[in-house]
Amino acid sequence: MSAPEPAFEAPWHAQLFALTVHLNESGLFDWPFWADRFGATLARHGLARELNGGEDYFNAWLETLETLLIDAGHARPGDLRALRDGWETAYLSTPHGDPVHLKAGQSV
Amino acid sequence: MPHDHSDHDHPHALLPPEPALRVKALETLLTRKGLIDPAALDEIIDTYENRIGPRNGAEVVARAWSDPDFRAALLEDATAVVAEMGFFGRQGEHMVAVENTDELHNIVVCTLCSCYPWPLLGIPPGWYKSDAYRARVVREPRKVLAEFGVELPEETAVRVWDSTAEVRYLVIPQRPAGSEGLDVDALSDLVTRDSMIGTGLAKAP
Repeated sequence: MSAPEPAFEAPWHAQLFALTVHLNESGLFDWPFWADRFGATLARHGLARELNGGEDYFNAWLETLETLLIDAGHARPGDLRALRDGWETAYLSTPHGDPVHLKAGQSV
Repeated sequence: MPHDHSDHDHPHALLPPEPALRVKALETLLTRKGLIDPAALDEIIDTYENRIGPRNGAEVVARAWSDPDFRAALLEDATAVVAEMGFFGRQGEHMVAVENTDELHNIVVCTLCSCYPWPLLGIPPGWYKSDAYRARVVREPRKVLAEFGVELPEETAVRVWDSTAEVRYLVIPQRPAGSEGLDVDALSDLVTRDSMIGTGLAKAP
């Protein structure tokens, strides 16, 4: 076998992949349903330009999962935005090298 | 870029890229709602980064080359045969093995997204997920093959199999000349990931 390539190019690709597989296995949606939704996002993004199989691909994946969870009532856009901002603040206010935690009280 | 990854004197933690923050937001929300178990996520990542990959598929192909009964059973019902070898689970619910011959060369794609036989090949490579491959391999398979360095004789037909969320394909490449007498282990070293997708050939010994 040739030298193995890393399965995922970036840590967030792996996290997002695992999140989706886990939600599928816990019964939140079945895989054909996921593949249909994801395929539709890829097709839509691909109209504007040719997508690569790395960053473009996982951006489409992320948008699909967010939308799917919002549509199913498991997430609200405002909550996701607030948590995203909370994480940004946490990173920017944590000394380099320390573990980054979401601030207490950062609730949704 | 204000947050250069090589900057170790930075006063604060490196800010992850925008989509990574959105993934963290999803993970936090779903954990708080009790919909996910963070330990299960780590387990899934570890499985695909370290434990499942194309070695599994290579073992199946090497056995098919060595054992005619196994080969016949594999072509008949790949899902059952590879499950017996311990290769089953996610995205392996219905697997079909297709065999390359002098007359026919098989290639696999997923035109919808990136359906792929995870238990046998692991996570698909970037090019398998790209628009360039997904769109073009159906339209001009010989040209795509040539870009992968595969030149087939004119008389060899090319068949493209479109994977779905229900059916995943494994290509059994042709056994290379000069591999007579090799055992299954040695044979499996000749089987590349790309040869099991159809964009490559098995290596010569």
